[in-house]
Amino acid sequence: MENDLLLNIKDLRVNFDVFGGTLKVLDGVNFTVSSGEKVGLVGETGCGKTTTMKAVLRVLPMPPARITGGEILFKGRDILQMTSRELGQVRGEGMAMVFQDPTAALNPVFTIGEQMDAAVKYSAAGDKRLSGKEIRKRAVEALKEVALPDPERLLKNYPFQLSGGMRQRVCIAMAVAGDRELIIADEPGTSLDVSIQDQILRLLRGLTDKLNTSIVLITHTLGVVRELADRVYVMYAGNMVEVAPTKELFSRALHPYTVGLMAAVPKLTGGGIANGIPGRIPDYLNPPVGCRFHPRCDQAMEVCRLEKPRFYRVSEDHDVACFLHAGEETGR
Amino acid sequence: MRFAAFLGRRAVHSIFVLLGLSILIFIIARIMPGDPARMAVGARAPQWVVDNLREQMHLTEPLYMQYLYWLRDALRGDFGISLVTRRPVAADIKEFFPATLELALFAGIINGAGGIMLGAISAWQKDKWVDNVVRVISYLGVVTPSFVFAILFLLLFGMTLNWAPTMGRLSQEIARPATVTGLLTIDCLLARNPAAFFDSIWHLILPAVALALGGMSQEARITRSTMADNLSKDYIASARSLGIPGSVIMRSFLLKPSLIPTVSILGLDFAATLGNAFLVELIFVWPGMSRYGINAMLRKDLNAISAVILILGVVFILTNIAVDVIVARLDPRIQLGAGRSE
Amino acid sequence: MVSAKALVSAQRREDLQRSWYKFSRNRLSIVGLSTVLLVTFLAVFAPLVAPYPEHASAFVDFANASRSPCPTYPFGTDVVGRDIMSRIFFGFRFSLVMGVVVLSLVVPPGVILGLVAGYYQGTWLDTVIMRTTDIFLAVPPLVLALAICSVLTPNLFNAMIAVSLMWWPWYCRLVYGLASTLRSEFFVVSAELLGASKFHILFREILANCVSPIFTKISLDMGWVILIGASLSFVGLGAQPPTPDLGTMVADGSKYLPDQWWIAVFPALAIVLVVLGFNLLGDGLRDMLGAEEV
Repeated sequence: MENDLLLNIKDLRVNFDVFGGTLKVLDGVNFTVSSGEKVGLVGETGCGKTTTMKAVLRVLPMPPARITGGEILFKGRDILQMTSRELGQVRGEGMAMVFQDPTAALNPVFTIGEQMDAAVKYSAAGDKRLSGKEIRKRAVEALKEVALPDPERLLKNYPFQLSGGMRQRVCIAMAVAGDRELIIADEPGTSLDVSIQDQILRLLRGLTDKLNTSIVLITHTLGVVRELADRVYVMYAGNMVEVAPTKELFSRALHPYTVGLMAAVPKLTGGGIANGIPGRIPDYLNPPVGCRFHPRCDQAMEVCRLEKPRFYRVSEDHDVACFLHAGEETGR
Repeated sequence: MRFAAFLGRRAVHSIFVLLGLSILIFIIARIMPGDPARMAVGARAPQWVVDNLREQMHLTEPLYMQYLYWLRDALRGDFGISLVTRRPVAADIKEFFPATLELALFAGIINGAGGIMLGAISAWQKDKWVDNVVRVISYLGVVTPSFVFAILFLLLFGMTLNWAPTMGRLSQEIARPATVTGLLTIDCLLARNPAAFFDSIWHLILPAVALALGGMSQEARITRSTMADNLSKDYIASARSLGIPGSVIMRSFLLKPSLIPTVSILGLDFAATLGNAFLVELIFVWPGMSRYGINAMLRKDLNAISAVILILGVVFILTNIAVDVIVARLDPRIQLGAGRSE
Repeated sequence: MVSAKALVSAQRREDLQRSWYKFSRNRLSIVGLSTVLLVTFLAVFAPLVAPYPEHASAFVDFANASRSPCPTYPFGTDVVGRDIMSRIFFGFRFSLVMGVVVLSLVVPPGVILGLVAGYYQGTWLDTVIMRTTDIFLAVPPLVLALAICSVLTPNLFNAMIAVSLMWWPWYCRLVYGLASTLRSEFFVVSAELLGASKFHILFREILANCVSPIFTKISLDMGWVILIGASLSFVGLGAQPPTPDLGTMVADGSKYLPDQWWIAVFPALAIVLVVLGFNLLGDGLRDMLGAEEV
């Protein structure tokens, strides 16, 4: 079963060296994606979502960052052990990342065409021996896939000449242009107007359905994953705290943090002010011993202060990292 | 079309600046205490000669009229007579300018090409030993004055090791080819005289490298730091995540945006080179305009000084325009007039 | 309860510590700081630390002329018997004085003009000021200084005037760029709306945000001003012999190459040392203050 997993992150640990010490950001992250699956990754800003995904692609800035443990298996092979060449192949053919800020993600001095060509050329579908015309054709197709009007003219433009929404679409086009198996989308559309964000998300859903690509959707908004994901991970302070199929998560959230997140969403019916979760994310320099959420948890027990909970499987595909539910573990 | 407008505006701006420069030069020259007419003919000439000359030089008229006369003459190419050589300054300049131009161009090429290459290599091998060596050397290159390099080269490579000649542009024995461009190297090539060509290059090496080291180091540092900065930008991470190989990223994806600050500096570096040429030409006895200028300054030859500065101003302004054009080509945002980003 | 004052000073201490961390992370910055401190010390206490302080002015001792470096004269002596090392220590004085004086003359007017031009960007005030800087910058820096020096009597004082005249535009340009960007920032606009005086806006609001780049530039410029000063003296348009100015010493010494190489080489190395020190220091300050490339 494990071998069918497209992406399997096991116990990943990442530290950052900064002024004053070492930030222990990722503290044993476990994360899986199967072929064709849409996985959501939810957590507040600063919980390590982007760091995890950047580690997968190995584009973390390595001087301050250090990977101190764990494995990242892509189709069974550990990315952390790969040579640059193997890595290049995996990146080009296997996965791609759509960055949060489309303006920063596009090179300002090259045309869209030049960048799209590069994206196609080094991908799975882009054999190095593909002719320039072929590459161009695929680039135009990709742009059409993301519903950009007049692709041929767009290719000659520079990023600054496009609107924010168009740039985001271009970034998505670059990711899908190569028939890759996994797309990691980091808070797509967050920097844009809500209605445009909605369009982008629908676009992503349509595309991934059509091409049967797996997608990891990083976001801090619960509503987004509800629409798009098959399965959702909830992350807090460098750990995955809960994972479940979407419907299950929304109907039966178990981890106190998840429960708190759900309660914090203002509802259209029912009235009243939504409740926040008291407290703040922990200081990564001196993270709490034991469960990293225990200082903010109103159901914290003695054991929570001393030990870190692992994932306990409470039902089909539903894992919770919380001692409260350790007893409900159904057979592994 | 935008490009022509851009050039047009720059040209007009440059003309204004040149005019202002000419006024500045004129003021500087006139601060000089003493009587220019007396200085022109010497202490022993009789007073009536001096008075006549004063009339001729318009020294009796108000200052702004003097400026206008001077400007009119300058525009016609008449910069007066040099106190030192007793020849028309224009003729002196015509004779000496190509030598300086050749030296500056040679140095400029070493400067630009060498600097960018070193900087790129340094960024590519960031934090490895190659990088550290280049950084140390380029640091030393930046802080050492050109004349110190010139003296060191003269001493080490010229006198002690005897690798290259240290004086003049061409060895005594070699016949000078016909002057077509004034640039000795080109003229040698045009005259199909390889021996002379190599000889002239050999003479150029020491002074040109001494001149170029400062600028080259500056370019290398800026290229390296820009590339290093851009390396952590999202668009590079994005390119890497899409599988674009590291070599391609370095060669084009990273290089092009990183060149922009470097090229912008080229103009200023060229100015520094032209300035330092004054000292280097002195040390290597290079028969160029800068050496002529220094001598003029030491002997207070006002006509020559004014002319030299004006010419340098023109050269510098033209260089700046050229640099601006190149930068505009590199950065489409300038050319196509991007507003503030959305 | 911790008082507000204690909190603020604790914060300041932490900021200072953080700044020092950023500065000292780069070993080279420490080297730069040490070099500058060393040179300053040698310059200030030259009469006390130099082995032969009287050699710094007119002094002859032909018996010991042109001695190569040895224990009595670590850097050797020149053609009239003066100890090179002592002269270099005194030479540092002139270098530092030049740097300090020129920058003191140049920074205030340059900054003020830049502020005014940047804030009033687009008006005739802006045009006049910036065109003037363009004119001064139209000539290679050294050339202008040389020209000005050549029409005045050559001495250190006039060299300082000349360098000042060609240096002020750089500060004007720097602050102009900063001010013209800053003037559309919210805090400036709100100050205007609140009716703050122009003086307040220019100096309290805008200038306060320019301090880091200006400061970084000043520390970097010390090295360059000293360099230009040395170049001027080298040519003979700055300090005149027998003043132990580093540039003059190199010029004198270059007549005796390659045999009595020490007469020119040690002063030259001294120049490099000073410029290097200020450059490293300036770089370190830039890292610490996080300013943009100046």
